[in-house]
This record gives sequence, C-alpha cells and structure tokens, in this order.
Amino acid sequence: MECVFGLVGDGFALVAADSSAVNSILVHKSNEDKIMILDSHKLLGASGEAGDRVQFTEYIQKNVHLYEFRNGIPLSTAAAANFTRGELAQALRKSPYSVNILLAGYDKDIGPSLYYIDYIATLHKVDKGAFGYGSFFSLSMMDRHYHSGMSLKEAVDLVDKCIVEIRTRLVVSPPNFVIKIVDKDGAKEYAWRETIKDAEEPTA
Amino acid sequence: MARYDRAITVFSPDGHLFQVEYALEAVRKGNAAVGVRGTDVIVLGVEKKSTPKLQDSRSVRKIVSLDTHIALACAGLKADARVLINRARIECQSHRLTVEDPVTVEYITRYIAGLQQKYTQSGGVRPFGLSALIIGFDPYSGAPALYQTDPSGTFSAWKANATGRNSNSMREFLEKNYKETSGQETVKLAIRALLEVVESGGKNIEIAVMTKEQGLRQLEEAEIDAIVAEIEAEKAAAEAAKKAPSKDS
Repeated sequence: MECVFGLVGDGFALVAADSSAVNSILVHKSNEDKIMILDSHKLLGASGEAGDRVQFTEYIQKNVHLYEFRNGIPLSTAAAANFTRGELAQALRKSPYSVNILLAGYDKDIGPSLYYIDYIATLHKVDKGAFGYGSFFSLSMMDRHYHSGMSLKEAVDLVDKCIVEIRTRLVVSPPNFVIKIVDKDGAKEYAWRETIKDAEEPTA
Repeated sequence: MARYDRAITVFSPDGHLFQVEYALEAVRKGNAAVGVRGTDVIVLGVEKKSTPKLQDSRSVRKIVSLDTHIALACAGLKADARVLINRARIECQSHRLTVEDPVTVEYITRYIAGLQQKYTQSGGVRPFGLSALIIGFDPYSGAPALYQTDPSGTFSAWKANATGRNSNSMREFLEKNYKETSGQETVKLAIRALLEVVESGGKNIEIAVMTKEQGLRQLEEAEIDAIVAEIEAEKAAAEAAKKAPSKDS
C-alpha cells in the first residue's frame, strides 16, 4: 500500500512518497513524512515496516552526519548509497530490515543522481524507480512519459500523472503524497498532494 | 599478565595523583588557548606555533566542531585530543539518535570529562594529556556557554578562561578586563587576551566565532590581521591619552 517513487531531471532529483501510516485496517495518520532529508543535498525516501523504516533511516542519517563532522566534508551520494546498502547487507543474514529506499542526491561535480536500494540490499543507480504496489502504475507511467533532462515542471506533471493512476487504480490507495526535490541549492520539500486534510476544529 | 593490571595513576602518600599532575604539566606546555563568552557569541582562540614551510597548514585544525552547535579547542597532547574529539562526535550523534534532541553543552562536557576521569582510575592506562575548552549554545534556552575540562576529569562553566602556555597571564588579563560584551567586542577581547602571550599577527593566531544562527565560523587570516590592527591602534591611542593630560598640568 505504501508508494515511493522518484526520478532524475535536469539538474535535480525528485522523490515522491505517500504519507499514510497504517496498521492493518487502521490509518494512524495521513501526513507522515517518509522522505528524510539526509543532509543538505540528499533525500532518503523509505517505505516498509514502520519501526524499521524510522530506526534504519535515522541510523543512516546520524552516521552520515558523523562522517561530515569527522572529515569536514559531506559524503558523496554514491558513498552514502553504498554505506546504506552495506548496512542492509550486514543485517540481512541476522535480523533484516524491511525497508525499501530511494536515495536522491546532488553532487557538485556529477549533478543529480538516484539510487534504488531494496530490502535485500540490492543497489542500482537509476534514472527512475518505484517501490510498493503503486510501482505497477508509476513505473508504467514513467516508462511512457519519462525522458532524460526533464524540467521541474515536466517532472512534477509526470509525478501528478503517476499519483492520479495510483489513486484511480489501487484498491486502497493512499490519499496524500509529499514531493521533495534536491538540486544545487539543497534538499527541500516541494509540495504536498492532499485529498484528506487533518480534521479541522469542529465549529458550533 | 596480572602485573600490568596495576594502575599507572596511584595515590602518593600525601594524597596526590602524580600522573594527573604530570598530565597537567603537559597541558601547560601545550599551545595557548582562550575562550570568551559574550551575550550572543562565544569566541575560541588558539595560538598557532610557526608552521613548517612544507606543511599544509589546512590539515592542522585546532578548533573543531563537535556538532552544529558545539565546538572545542584544547591545549596539550594533540593525539589524545583526536581520540577524545572522535568519541565526543560519536556521542553527539548517538544522543540525537536515541533521544531525538541535540546535546546541551553541559552534557557533552560532562561526557568528555567523564572519559578523562575514567583514564585516571583504570589499569594500565595513562590520563589524557589535554584540557579542553568547549563552547556552544544551549539548544533549548539559546544561552551561550563555555566550559573547561582538565586531565583529572573535573569541569566547570566559565565566563572566560585560558589554558595551555602562559594561561595564568591570560587569565589575569581576562579577570582584569572582562565585561559583558557582544559580537565583535567579544572577538576583540579574546584576541587581546591571546596577544598578551603570543606574537601579534594573523598567522600566529587561529580564531573561531560561534553564533546561534550560523554555528562555528573560522576567521580568515586577513580578518584577524584587521582586528589586531584595530587593537594596536586602540592601544596606541590609550597610551597617547595617558601622556596628554600630564602635559596640561
């Protein structure tokens, strides 16, 4: 039910994720932020077992920060992706983390990049990627409409197309999505796509 | 094997821990370091002994960040400092991971001092030969703080302090001249204290300023030179003013 997908555009990388936190049939909240800002120029979109997702991504974030303090410069996106994959691989044959990750980053020398890291520690550098049931729809949509060097507007339009597909075709589709981008100016939240807002104060 | 378990730091008959006192001697031989707390900034200054011509001076950083809001300078054995700084950096991130909050200056100082104390009470190890000046802003109250630790593992908070070579002269100067300052005035006070014991000039002093908004900023050599020139001018003006009134009588 959790959807995370992302793509690389012209000078930026984008990650979109649904924002529902679900436990069996109960929706805890519909504005859960599943795309962590790993450091100034990296995004980590994660989906999977709720506890594992937060525990693992926070652990990665703190270790990425520690590297930056120890060495005076931040990790490159490729290095961060390989570190993340290494941690997943280490835990795999003991007590695996059930987390799927899309790591997007911007490096000054090589530009934007996106890494697909799944729960059994597969690592691929990709132009577009997706996880979850939503991937059936978003990957097809991206295969049809994606081309390299898309502008931000084109990319967000494609993301919206994917969200429409997920909403219409997935039986229990998540109502809300968050979109974050990373470019030369850093990682930031771009927009929310909400169909259900938090309940307002009841009026008399 | 059992013979090497004996502590290196044992009590003397008159209650001294000589290893700790010898470690303090090592600190006294280290480069001068000063810290001054202002109302909205905290300044750390360190003496830079002359760099060998072939050395890349950028690889010798004496004032380091432990976290985005905490910095440290020290006097004494630099290799010991590297070990303590690494442990402190890990603790800063570990604290953020377990309690989702940044450390307070007092917490990380207590942690570093605790490490230093452990090595005065363990078998086969010697104390860390350094005193650290730790600065930062409290993440909750926003108040600036300056702490000092020493090889015995004691720590306390200070408005201004100095350690290392000639620290007594610097401390005396600070005691005479300290007042609540902010911004550039705090930087000047720290540099004036350092200039008491160090040859003047931007290339002999390393200064870093911590502000709440921007964290730690290392000053460029040119900036330091400019402030030193200001200080010298102020000193010259004060000297001239002292001489002038006596002429009128």
